[in-house]
Amino acid sequence: MIKAILIFNNHGKPRLSKFYEHYSEDTEQQIIRETFHLVSKRDENVCNFLEGGMLIGGSDYRLIYRHYATLYFVFCVDSSESELGILDLIQVFVETLDKCFENVCELDLIFHVDKVHNILAEMVMGGMVLETNMNEIITQVDSQNKMEKSEVLTG
Amino acid sequence: MALKIVKGSIDRMFDKNLQDLVRGIRNHKEDEAKYISTCIDEIKQELKQDNIAVKANAVCKLTYLQMLGYDVSWAAFNIVEVMSSSKFTYKRIGYLAASQCFHESTDVIMLTTNQIRKDLSSPNQYDTGVALTGLSCFVTPDLARDLANDIMTLMSHTKPYIRKKAVLIMYKVFLKYPESLRPAFPRLKEKLEDPDPGVQSAAVNVICELARRNPKNYLSLAPLFFKLMTSSTNNWVLIKIIKLFGALTPLEPRLGKKLIEPLTNLIHSTSAMSLLYECVNTVIAGHDVNGSPFLPPFSLALFLFLRFQLCVQKLRILIEDSDQNLKYLGLLAMSKILKTHPKSVQSHKDLILQCLDDKDESIRLRALDLLYGMVSKKNLMEIVKKLMLHVDKAEGTTYRDELLTKIIDICSQSNYQYITNFEWYISILVELTRLEGTRHGHLIASQMLDVAIRVKAIRVFAVAQMATLLDNAHLMTGNVQRKGICEVLYAAAWICGEFSEHLENPMQTLEAMLRPKVATLPGHIQAVYVQNAAKLFATLLKNQEGNTDRTAAQETSQLMIDRLPLFVQSANLEVQERASCILQLVKYIQKLQQKDVEVAEEVIALFAGELNPVAPKAQKKVPVPEGLDLDAWINEPPSESESEDEQPKAIFAKEEPKHSRARHTEVDEKELAKRREARKQEQANNPFYIKASPSSQKVYQEAPGVEHIPVVQIDLSVPLKVPGLPMSDQYVKLEEERRQKERVEKKKKEKKKRKEKRGGRGKKHDSGPESEEDITPAHMVDIVTEEMPEDKKSSKHKKKKQKREKEEKEKKKKKKHHHHHHHSDGGGEESVQNGTVEEEEPLPVSVCHQSFTEIDIQGNLQDGSQVVVSVIFENKCDNFLKTMEFNVLDSLNSKLQRPEGSGPHDGLSVPFQLPPETRSSGTLRLSVFVIVFPQNEDSSTHEKLDFKLHFTCSSYLITTPCYSDAFAKLLESGDLKCSSVRLEGVNMPFHHLLARICFHHHFSVVERIDSCASMYSRSIQGHHVCLLVKTSGQTVSIDAKCDEPTLLGNVLDEIKQTFSQC
Repeated sequence: MIKAILIFNNHGKPRLSKFYEHYSEDTEQQIIRETFHLVSKRDENVCNFLEGGMLIGGSDYRLIYRHYATLYFVFCVDSSESELGILDLIQVFVETLDKCFENVCELDLIFHVDKVHNILAEMVMGGMVLETNMNEIITQVDSQNKMEKSEVLTG
Repeated sequence: MALKIVKGSIDRMFDKNLQDLVRGIRNHKEDEAKYISTCIDEIKQELKQDNIAVKANAVCKLTYLQMLGYDVSWAAFNIVEVMSSSKFTYKRIGYLAASQCFHESTDVIMLTTNQIRKDLSSPNQYDTGVALTGLSCFVTPDLARDLANDIMTLMSHTKPYIRKKAVLIMYKVFLKYPESLRPAFPRLKEKLEDPDPGVQSAAVNVICELARRNPKNYLSLAPLFFKLMTSSTNNWVLIKIIKLFGALTPLEPRLGKKLIEPLTNLIHSTSAMSLLYECVNTVIAGHDVNGSPFLPPFSLALFLFLRFQLCVQKLRILIEDSDQNLKYLGLLAMSKILKTHPKSVQSHKDLILQCLDDKDESIRLRALDLLYGMVSKKNLMEIVKKLMLHVDKAEGTTYRDELLTKIIDICSQSNYQYITNFEWYISILVELTRLEGTRHGHLIASQMLDVAIRVKAIRVFAVAQMATLLDNAHLMTGNVQRKGICEVLYAAAWICGEFSEHLENPMQTLEAMLRPKVATLPGHIQAVYVQNAAKLFATLLKNQEGNTDRTAAQETSQLMIDRLPLFVQSANLEVQERASCILQLVKYIQKLQQKDVEVAEEVIALFAGELNPVAPKAQKKVPVPEGLDLDAWINEPPSESESEDEQPKAIFAKEEPKHSRARHTEVDEKELAKRREARKQEQANNPFYIKASPSSQKVYQEAPGVEHIPVVQIDLSVPLKVPGLPMSDQYVKLEEERRQKERVEKKKKEKKKRKEKRGGRGKKHDSGPESEEDITPAHMVDIVTEEMPEDKKSSKHKKKKQKREKEEKEKKKKKKHHHHHHHSDGGGEESVQNGTVEEEEPLPVSVCHQSFTEIDIQGNLQDGSQVVVSVIFENKCDNFLKTMEFNVLDSLNSKLQRPEGSGPHDGLSVPFQLPPETRSSGTLRLSVFVIVFPQNEDSSTHEKLDFKLHFTCSSYLITTPCYSDAFAKLLESGDLKCSSVRLEGVNMPFHHLLARICFHHHFSVVERIDSCASMYSRSIQGHHVCLLVKTSGQTVSIDAKCDEPTLLGNVLDEIKQTFSQC
């Protein structure tokens, strides 16, 4: 199970937070801060796994992250997920974003967090991996966007 | 009206959308909070408007603010409004907001049930998809219960997009509403073979999660997964399946054997590192030949072992890889092997020690975990030395604390098995006290106490070290950050006091203990200081009274009298109490001293007595006094129903009637554990006890009010070094020399004697390499561990349980009864699938040719919950039926009894074949848990023959004769509930009427007087049912009494029905 998916930039500003377990808003912010603190102090060429912090985690949980330019993509998962598999999933996620936004950059995520959520919803649902095939994800996202557009025209 | 709409759309143009909000926040970096609060006010205004577009826009902005940490739960109702918009655009915004901020205690969730149901059945697949995605985040037990059926239907939706989402969300539904698992499982199993890979992957995902919680129940799916594993090409699915097998193999060793081939194939063929890694991991998990009851033949064991070695080698390659991720995972897998095969890991010691120097903290931590298993007497000092270097270098407190606990864990494991020189260990502990800001001061303290008490030879050394620590106590107390470490002083003070005879300069230590600075320490430490100052004082008096000069002794008393009043004023009660007691004592002693009386002997007597270690289980050896029954209840035990309510439901476990009994012992065990825990706590606070595992207990507690004591801050940037303390490093050298000497001596001895006997200690443990044996420890640890042979408590419970079972059996006499015919129903509604009869051969038989005509239901008195159903199968077609399978899908209340070992959904094969035009009968047994309701066990499926079993309440009644006096007593007892029914237009003689009731409903006539009769029957679970039947003309009135009103009502209804048919 995936417990949380966080995206924040090099300064720890959240760009997307998706928790699959309920926390209060304050705790969520603390988790983001703590995770940023843990992840940001790591060098570039070290491994992509680390033990969770105090707030999110426990011995069974692990943080799996990737760092792209200005953004950190962090997944908090338990031992039922394959570590390397999740790393691949993050790659699929970023590539999908890249296709959907056409050369994605941090600004896209800043101004269109709702779209990022919609894309993520086609990949992970309720903490479980729903789809890993990028083409399938893009097809579904596109046809939903098309539907939205047609509603704008008619409405 | 038109104006209003125009006005609305103009307003909208000026509304901020999400992008404007983000831009605004970015432009107000200085007063972000203020800007956002004005935005929230605007949003509140927008939410008040009727226009749904405005509302949706507002909710969209709120979702963004929620991510920034603003509580938006006040808008929950508006979110529900947006969710229920008919437009997909707004609906999606609403569901997204709900998934981000709704949770179980959001009360408006109650209002969403119908909306979600509507969306789930929407013709637009994306409406359904959005609803499922949202629901997966905020599903509550209520929603799960109400929507379980809708979602189950969606699992068979025509669109794979919906199917995969519905399958995946079922896991959340099972979590919140476990009852849904049983009816949904067959369909879930079906989805494992769905043509769409996405749906298949979702089903695998869900079953893997379920199996993680309760692997035993999913063993029966192993063949299916096996098939998937050899056929699937989706790496995600393969990884999940392989992980699942990793969880299953420990339960079923034969599985491990079967898996070897496909796993090896995968290992050789796959290019995906993730898959390879999981394969290796599962091979490791399956390799537990020694632990399994099932021992494969030798050649196979050898094969498995070689395969295992191969995997360990693969791990080594991973760890040596330059890719840090693989290195990490390799170490992770190694730690799994460590538990079962420590030797295999030990051979890679070099590699793991190398990883300790890695720049990556994650990898260092993993390597630390592995160290635990690879220390030996030979290398302990070397490893700890390395770790101590890391302690000095480490930047983060978490990593440093981890190192500290690891050092202590490694050294103290299995009663200090690997420590050969305790002077070295004490100095390591003392060095660790230099750590800044550690949370583990109490851990070090308890180690110091433990070693000083149990290793007698070390006391002189330990006391000297502790005296130095006390002397330099100011270094530890100065900084607030170092508060954690001052716990060490507790141990130091106690050791110096208790073993004060070993002190070189007791006067100096006494003065150190009575310094005014001590008053800044936490209360519990001050208390130990005061008490041990008294012990020291006693020792001092004894030394000084031997001298001719009496002034020294008097000066000591004066010192005490001068310093103690500081503690008498302490805010801590215990410190105050001890200080004033001792102060008065010293004053009295001083008086006697002035009269030249020798007092030392008497004062010493206050603290006399050698400390003996006590085994944690010693209490058990004390005989129980006569007449004391430890198992008897002091108060009435709580009622059974209560304790059952408190028990959390075992999620996903098979519900068996046994459970309720087993639980009671569990409750008691829990209680026992609680008491044990309390006792442990008590012992932990008592320094005279030797703790079983000192590291796991929190020994001291922070006293309240410490914050009020003024603390002088000293800022020390240089790492502290306590002057005058020995460095542990020197012991490494010394130890090396000692061992060298020993070896030489031993060789000499060995020449004289071939065999040398050593003290019992070392041989008890199987130490690593053989050369280990040559190293004798310099100091001996007292190990007191004696156990009683058996846990008395548990055996007692067993007896009780057996007795209860016996009683229950005795209550019910053995008798069978036979009754009720019911014809099978062909076809039922599609949605209720319950039972199937599968014909495997020959297939092209039209189903209706075969039928089972009669079904006979009998209660079984031997077991109150078992019902025997006799089924007569008749083959009406011309073909020969070779094999038949009979299956009833278990419902919540009834269960087909299957032979041991078969899964919960397997059918029963009918043990005979049917030639054309013949009939034969078979029986099946069902477990029924609640009998007070009539039930329908029905079925209808695809190419199978469907049938319906009708269980009436009357079929649970057993004709039981009853005497009239017993009957009268029963009626008088007043335990029975009353009910009556009136039958009109019954046109039959009274004795026919009675016979009919007796036949159909299993009653017996107790007494008959004219047109009035009393009747009696009993249910298989022992409910009494009494009837008084009166007739006058065509009207029959039946008054009935029973101790179960529901049962009674249903029986009466059935009687009524019997007579309405005629």
